[in-house]
Amino acid sequence: MSLEKSQVEKIAHLARLRVNDEELEQVAGDLSSILDLVEQMNAVDTRGVIPMAHPLDMVQRLRSDRVTEEDQRDLFQSIAPATEKGLYLVPRVVE
Amino acid sequence: MQWETVIGLEIHAQLATKSKIFSGAPTAYGAAPNTQACAVDLGLPGVLPVLNAEVVVMGVRFGAAIGAIPQGRSVFARKNYFYPDLPKGYQISQYELPIVGKGSVEIVLDDGTTKRVGVTRAHLEEDAGKSLHEDFHGLTGIDLNRAGTPLLEIVSEPDMRSAREAVAYARKIHQIVRYIGICDGNMQEGSFRVDANVSIRPPGGELGTRAELKNINSFRFLERAINFEVERQVDILEAGGSVVQETRLYDADRDETRAMRSKEEANDYRYFPDPDLLPVELDAKFVADVVAGLPELPDDRRQRFSSVFSLNAEDAALLTSSRELADYYEAVVGVSGDARLAANWVMGDLAGALNRDGLEITDAPVAPAQLGGMLKRISDGTLSGKLAKQVFDAMWSGAGSADEVILSRGLTQITDIDAIARQVDEVLAANQSQVAAFREADDKKRAKMLGFFVGQVMKATAGKADPKQVNRLLREKL
Amino acid sequence: MTVAELAAGLRAGSYSSEELTRHYLDRIARFDAVLNSFITVVPERALEQARNADRRLKRGEAGPLTGIPIAHKDIFCTRGLKTSCGSRMLDDFVAPYDATVVSKMDQAGLVVLGKTNMDEFAMGSSNENSWYGPVRNPWDTALVPGGSSGGSAAAVAAGLCAAATGTDTGGSIRQPAALCGLTGLKPTYGRVSRYGMVAFASSLDQAGVLTHSAEDAAAMLQVMAGFDLRDSTSADEPVPDYSVGLAGSLEGLKIGLPKEYFGEGLDGAIAHSIRQAIDEFRSLGATLVEISLPNTALAIPTYYVVAPAECSSNLARYDGVRFGYRCEAPQDLEDLYQRSRSEALGSEVKRRILIGTYALSAGYYDAYYLKAQQIRRLISEDFRQAFAQVDVIMGPTTPSTAFAIGEKAKDPVTMYLSDIYTIAVNLAGLPGMSIPVAPVSGRPVGLQIVGNYFREAQLLNVAHRLQQATGWHLKHPGDYWA
Repeated sequence: MSLEKSQVEKIAHLARLRVNDEELEQVAGDLSSILDLVEQMNAVDTRGVIPMAHPLDMVQRLRSDRVTEEDQRDLFQSIAPATEKGLYLVPRVVE
Repeated sequence: MQWETVIGLEIHAQLATKSKIFSGAPTAYGAAPNTQACAVDLGLPGVLPVLNAEVVVMGVRFGAAIGAIPQGRSVFARKNYFYPDLPKGYQISQYELPIVGKGSVEIVLDDGTTKRVGVTRAHLEEDAGKSLHEDFHGLTGIDLNRAGTPLLEIVSEPDMRSAREAVAYARKIHQIVRYIGICDGNMQEGSFRVDANVSIRPPGGELGTRAELKNINSFRFLERAINFEVERQVDILEAGGSVVQETRLYDADRDETRAMRSKEEANDYRYFPDPDLLPVELDAKFVADVVAGLPELPDDRRQRFSSVFSLNAEDAALLTSSRELADYYEAVVGVSGDARLAANWVMGDLAGALNRDGLEITDAPVAPAQLGGMLKRISDGTLSGKLAKQVFDAMWSGAGSADEVILSRGLTQITDIDAIARQVDEVLAANQSQVAAFREADDKKRAKMLGFFVGQVMKATAGKADPKQVNRLLREKL
Repeated sequence: MTVAELAAGLRAGSYSSEELTRHYLDRIARFDAVLNSFITVVPERALEQARNADRRLKRGEAGPLTGIPIAHKDIFCTRGLKTSCGSRMLDDFVAPYDATVVSKMDQAGLVVLGKTNMDEFAMGSSNENSWYGPVRNPWDTALVPGGSSGGSAAAVAAGLCAAATGTDTGGSIRQPAALCGLTGLKPTYGRVSRYGMVAFASSLDQAGVLTHSAEDAAAMLQVMAGFDLRDSTSADEPVPDYSVGLAGSLEGLKIGLPKEYFGEGLDGAIAHSIRQAIDEFRSLGATLVEISLPNTALAIPTYYVVAPAECSSNLARYDGVRFGYRCEAPQDLEDLYQRSRSEALGSEVKRRILIGTYALSAGYYDAYYLKAQQIRRLISEDFRQAFAQVDVIMGPTTPSTAFAIGEKAKDPVTMYLSDIYTIAVNLAGLPGMSIPVAPVSGRPVGLQIVGNYFREAQLLNVAHRLQQATGWHLKHPGDYWA
């Protein structure tokens, strides 16, 4: 299966990645060849096969409702690109 | 042209847990920004979610309360989208196998009839943080304290046909989540958020294009927002236009809805099962224990109040509107033994005093035992209605039990017939002209004039005489 | 020297941990400019840890590995230390917490020399995808060391640390172990906590070790393994004593040889080395059973849906807001996202994010993601049936020996095919090892041993017996071990 450039642009936008015009052809080609590889899956009939999301057949363990975490804002914000008054800053968000 | 309104609601109830849904950070409201966002809530590289048991219990409770007892598997999925208040770039939610499946609730319409509204599903998910648009040199500040707070999203069927029905349904859900103790219901703090999907169509026709209304933080605004939106859509369609599917924000100041300014793209959330979380398996005993621990639900309680306490439908509904009020009322009845009298006082003087002082029932200065004790003194004739009001006011100001107030202020009703008779005679003697007028008047006028004499006797006895006896004696002597 | 030998030396007082640590730090200073196996080296911190270890040793409070200098793959969060994951995105990321694996190792008294190079976000099979440049194979510096744990493999092989941690999502421990002549162990999914291990594909990622011997791997796993409350997917299974059964007899052991692992695409000389090793097992008392894993060919296609899908979501958190790289002067929010991510993520990572995004997108989910999950079940069923007949499964770890740097870099699909024998094991979640067998033309060859769930002890026993019998694991790249 080969991907159209417009499809690549759409996927790139969903993933918030920028693909320049010059790169577009190369990326579309690479992705298409990976999809060719992936589509070997179609050779198998999987009707009725239960999808496997986890390697182990375990169920979720639950933690008790207790507060165990302390405030570490200063530490966490020491590695942040931009903060002020304890807030993370981003370009203006319009709602 | 006639139009039929079709409304479905999505309600986000914040679950009243101590810690977050997937981390041990606290959920308290109003903390300094980002002081309650731990490594997991911030989505730091390498962190993993672990599910809070209480959240599952609360989900099961809700399911049981709407006739959809959860069973078997429930799966968490990732909803992928980018937004600054969404730290991981995905929200952990539930998609294909939510914890609560189809159920329903009954609402009472304005004309007193009832209607069943379907609940499509309810699923567990984590809340996002908050964007603060105050002035940070033209930037937006992000507070992630709320990120990871547990939510139950309750999705209704598009079963409602008017803003009033939508409000009745939202109130019913609000009542239920508070009754079963899973949500504090505080709409101002965002603990209970209602989004409305509104569309119109020719009666019985195909569903129209819907608008999703957000930013509604009271039941009053819910009604207004829907009504505004319905009119807007009617105007558009009748002018030959078509409704655009979009999200609209309700502006309470202007009482209108407006389209969100941010460009809304066709969402493709790419849901898939979260590989960091395993399926939740609800074993039958766990569910049975949760269901057994469920308090009596509001509808059941209302019916019981009607039948056991012989209350009319309206009073029963009012007294069961919240679990706290119903508990209070039942406690009063338990002490006083007179359900009707208790209802009158709880809905009358008590409600009035609470309203006057801006208090919730849980903050009432008069405890149910105090009120019940006072009602007992009314029933046994110790207190007249008028005296009781004085006792109530005294108790409201912290004067102790009814009996203590009666004793300390000497408020016992005079039941000695001779004593009352002497007072009656004195009043009649002192008001000769009124007595004469009374005797010449017809029955209708007499009834009115009698009040004057009763008032005078009560005044002379400082309200302690039994008004019934005063009435009887006056009639005899006049 | 192996960890076991070093531990004995420390205990006997032949040298202190501080001396040993200086020895390794000197070697890193001497050799790593060429090999590029470390991203971060922390001499002061390591010497401090070593002195603490010496105190523990002196007081008799030491564990079996106290004082042993190791390295962590730079995918494990280390509090106060840069944790880059091989990416420009995390070039300035100083982790504010420790991964469970790291804190367990610290508690056991191991000394951390530094953080090793890796393919960016563990995506790659050659270690050419690192923001910090490619790692060179100590056996021949023109060759790749394999990936993604290529830095750990090269460092252990060149004697720059005694052992190293790694992670394995599709072969990232076993393949570099094979290409560098090491013992690599990927435990059962869930055996070791993933908490604090930067996620690539959550349902496949598993931490493990690269060592010189099975005995060393057993000792390291002993420290790492165990249930972790912070990882819902970690297994609440008891951890056996891995040293106990190491020397046990292999009499009666049934070895499954999947016919699909010895067919087309396998280098003839490698096949010969593998056969030679299998003959050794026969002389150790094992019996050979030909088996079939019919869905083997589907493992790579399936993996390249599952892993990218999970990675596309796992890597969405790198948005330039709370940590990591942020582009200069973003115009608006979209610009912040797109430029931060595009400037700081490498091409292979972007490629996988795009493939994964596509596989999960509306209209394609069923055809790709759901289908892959179904085939994943079929692949895991193949193993289940095989383990009904045999105790362990053996075959080559890789279809070829180490290749030249740059040789496969142009074509992603060719590179993907080098993990053909290892990937199915991750899809099924089984434990797997690679151990060195007879080299081909001076290049190491790895034998892969796959066990049943949580049977790491058996794998280690099987590997240890071969190593005792042959000594192949003691071959080292001459330039570094003269």
